[in-house]
Amino acid sequence: MRLLTATITMATTAMLSTQAFAEGNLANPPAAWEELWNTVMLDITIIGVILAVAAVWMLFKFKATSPEQVGTAKKLTAVQAISWALIPAAIFMADDFYLAAKGWTVWNDYRRVPENAMEVKVTGYQWYWEFEYEDGTVTDELVMPVGQPVVLRMTAEDVIHDFGLPHYRVKEDVMPGRITYIWINPIEANETIVQCAEFCGDAHSDMWTSVRAVPQAEFDAWLSASAEESDFDIDEWKASWTKSQMTAAR
Amino acid sequence: MNTPSATAGHAATPAWKEWLYTTDHKRIGVLYLIGSMAAFGVAGLMAIIIRLEQMDVGMQYISSGTQYNGFLYFHGAAMILAFLIPGLTGFAANYFLPLMIAARDVAVPRINAFSVWLFYFAIVLALLSFVIPDAPDIMWTGYPPYSITTAANTSFYVFTVHLLGFSSILGAVNFLVTVIYMRAPGIGWNQLNIFTWTTIAAFVLQLIFIPVLAAAVTLLLFDKYLGTHFYDPAAGGDVLLYQNLFWFYSHPAVYVIFLPAVGILFEILTTMCKNQVFNYKAAVYAGIWGIVGIAGIVWIHHLYVTGMPDWLRLGHMVTTLLISVPVGILTLSMWGTLYKSAITYNTAMMYAVACLYLILIGGLTGIPLALPSLTIHLSETAFVMAHFHFIMALFAAFALFGGIYYWFPKMTGRYADGGLATTSFWLNFIGVNVTFIPLFIIGVEGMPRRYWDYQMFPQFDGMHEIATYGSFIVAAGMLLQFANFIYAAVAGKKAPLNPWNSQSLEWTHTQSPPGPGNFIDDVVVDENWSPYNYNKD
Ligand code: HEM
Ligand SMILES: [Cu+2]
Ligand SMILES: [Cu+2]
Repeated sequence: MRLLTATITMATTAMLSTQAFAEGNLANPPAAWEELWNTVMLDITIIGVILAVAAVWMLFKFKATSPEQVGTAKKLTAVQAISWALIPAAIFMADDFYLAAKGWTVWNDYRRVPENAMEVKVTGYQWYWEFEYEDGTVTDELVMPVGQPVVLRMTAEDVIHDFGLPHYRVKEDVMPGRITYIWINPIEANETIVQCAEFCGDAHSDMWTSVRAVPQAEFDAWLSASAEESDFDIDEWKASWTKSQMTAAR
Repeated sequence: MNTPSATAGHAATPAWKEWLYTTDHKRIGVLYLIGSMAAFGVAGLMAIIIRLEQMDVGMQYISSGTQYNGFLYFHGAAMILAFLIPGLTGFAANYFLPLMIAARDVAVPRINAFSVWLFYFAIVLALLSFVIPDAPDIMWTGYPPYSITTAANTSFYVFTVHLLGFSSILGAVNFLVTVIYMRAPGIGWNQLNIFTWTTIAAFVLQLIFIPVLAAAVTLLLFDKYLGTHFYDPAAGGDVLLYQNLFWFYSHPAVYVIFLPAVGILFEILTTMCKNQVFNYKAAVYAGIWGIVGIAGIVWIHHLYVTGMPDWLRLGHMVTTLLISVPVGILTLSMWGTLYKSAITYNTAMMYAVACLYLILIGGLTGIPLALPSLTIHLSETAFVMAHFHFIMALFAAFALFGGIYYWFPKMTGRYADGGLATTSFWLNFIGVNVTFIPLFIIGVEGMPRRYWDYQMFPQFDGMHEIATYGSFIVAAGMLLQFANFIYAAVAGKKAPLNPWNSQSLEWTHTQSPPGPGNFIDDVVVDENWSPYNYNKD
C-alpha cells in the first residue's frame, strides 16, 4: 500500500514537473544538472536501500539449519504471478517516466541557446583546440566575459574529439564534416579547463586548455591583444575546409 | 580432467590428439574455458598496467601514449570478445546446456568443433598484436576516422571480429537447433533451466546483430585499405554511420554477456537455496525475452553527445529507462528466490551473493546514464567505466567464476571449495570495490576515461592511487584463484555425483565428469518434473 501511494505521488509529481517546461531555469544549466543529479541519486538510493535491506535480511534469515532442509516457498497462483509482474512493472515505469520528465526539462535548458549569446567557433585538431571569435580573432584558449552566455559552434579537422567542460557540466563531440553546439553561461569569474573526452590517439590525455571567465574590460583587452599577435590566416584556414564542412557551416 | 573416453576404446590415440580432434561438447567446452581464461589472464595483466600508469600524474611506466592505447585496446577487446563471450556462450553453454536438456551432444558436433577452432585462431590473431609493429591502438570500439587515419594495424581488429563473429553465428545456429529439437522426451518449454533460456536468448541476439557489426568493421577495412569513403565526410561519407552500426550490435552484445551470467546466477541460487525460481514465467517471458525485445532500440544512449537529433536522444532516453522493467522483473525473481529458502553457503553461493550486490550497484548507476541531460556531463568519464565494469564486466566475471565453483565437481569429480577459494573470493570482492568506487567518485567530478595522464586534475591523484591498490588486491585474488583451480583439479577433495543435492539433470543423471554420450540410459521426465522442484508438497 505504501508503495502504491509512493507510485501515485511520483506519477503526479512527474506530471506537474512537466509544467516546469515553460519556466525552465535557462540561466544556469549546471545548477539544473546538480539538482537533477541529486534527485536521481535520491531515487536510486531509495530503491537500492530497499533491495539491499531485503536481501541481507533474507540471506541471514533463511539459512538452512540442516543439509536436508528445502525451501518452502509455494508456487504462485496465476493471479499472484501476474500481479508480481505487472505491479512492479508499473512502479518501475512510473519512476522511469518521472525521471524522464525531469530529464527532458533539463535537456531543454541545455539545448535552448539564449538569444544574446556570443558565438565562438571551436575546431578540434590532433591534439589541440582552436577558438575563433566573432571578429575573426583566433586563439588557443577560451576566454569569456562574465555574465555573457556563449554558444560554441564546433567541428573537427581530423578525427572525432569531444569538447568537455567539467566545470559547466557539459560536453559534446566535435566531428569532421559536422557542426555541433553547446552553450554555457559564465556566471562568475574563474579559470577552468576544457578537455578532450573522445578518444583521439596518442596525446588524447594532453588535449586540454584553459577556459577563463573574466570581467568585460579584461575580456576586451585580451581580445584585441590576441587579434594583434595572431598570425593566423583565417581565409586560408577556411579554404582548407572540406566540402561537407562548408555545407554544414551554411 | 579425465573423461572416461580418454581411457575407454581409443587406447592407441594420444590424449592431445583426442582433444584436438574432439567433437564432444564437453571437451569443446573445456577448450573454450582454457582459451577464455588465458585471454582473461593477459587482459588482466593489461588492466594492471593501465592502473599502474594512472597511479600518478605524468608518464610512469609506458614509453608513449600510443603504447598505452594499445594495452587499453587489448584489455577491452580481449575481455569482451575473448574472455566473457566465449567463457559464457562458449564454455558454460557448451558443457552444461546439452546436459540440462538431457541431449547426448549438440545438433552438429563437427560445426561445434569448427566454432572453437575459429575462436582459437581469433585469440592467436589478437595475441599477435603484441609482436607486430604498430599494434592496434583504436580501443575496442574502433571509431573512425581515427581507426582509419591511425598508422596502426586496424586490420587485426577487423579480422579478429570476423573470426569471432563467424564462430558465434555457427554456435548460435547449433545451440538453437539443439534446444528446439533435442530436449529429452517430456521437457517442455516451461521446464527449461533459466540458464538454457538465457543462453538461447543470447544466441538469438548474436544471430540477429552480429551481421551488423561484421558489416560495420568490414566497411572500416575497405575505407582504410581499399580507399573507399563510407565513413569519410570529405567524400560524402558519414562519421557517425559506424557508431550507429557498432552500437546497434554492441548494446545487445552487453546482454549476450549479461543474460547467460544471469542464468548461471539463477542455477547457483536455486540449488543453494533449495527453492524454485520466484515467478518463473515472468522471469522468462517478461524478463529474459523482454530484454531481447528492447535490446535493439536503445543504442543511441551510447551516442548521447554526438549531436544526434533531439527527438532521437529523448526517444532513446525513454526506451533506455524502460530497460529497468525487464531487468527489474529479473531482479525481483532473484530476490524472491531467496524468500522462504534454505540457504547453504559455499564458494559458489558467495559469488552469487556478490553478483546480487554488483547487479544492484551496476544497475542503479545505469539510471543516471540513461538521461541525456546527465550524460551530457558523465559521458566518457570514469563514472561510465565504473558503471559498466559493475553491471557487465564484474557481474559476468563473478557469475562465471561462481559457475566454475558450482560445476567444478561435475567437471572433475572434485570440490574447488576450501580456504584458498574463500580467501581469493574475499580478495576479489574487496579488490573490485577498492578499484572501482574511487573511479565512480572522480568520474562524477569529470575524470575522463581512456586517459593515461591527468595534468588537469592533480587533485584526483589520491583516488587513482587507491584504485590502483585495489587492482593489486584483485590480481592477488585471481592468482590465488587459478592456483586453487589447478590444485583442486588434481588434488581437491573428492565429491559425490550430486554434491549440492540439485534437481537439475546435469547433476541428477550424469557421472562426474559425464562420459561420452553423457547419459547411460535415456532420460525421460514427466510434466511434474522441474529442475527446481525442491519443495515436493
Ligand atoms: C577485475 C579486474 C579489472 C580491472 C582492474 C579493470 C580495469 C580497467 C581499467 C583501469 C580500464 C580503463 C580505464 C580508462 O578508460 O582509462 C578498463 C577498461 C575496460 N575494461 Fe576493464 N578491468 C577489469 C576487468 C574487466 C573485465 C572482466 C572486463 C570484461 C568485459 C573489462 C572490460 C573493459 C572494457 C570494455 C574497457 C574499456 C576499454 C576501452 O575504453 O576501450 N574489464 N578496465
Ligand atoms: Cu581526444
Ligand atoms: Cu548500451
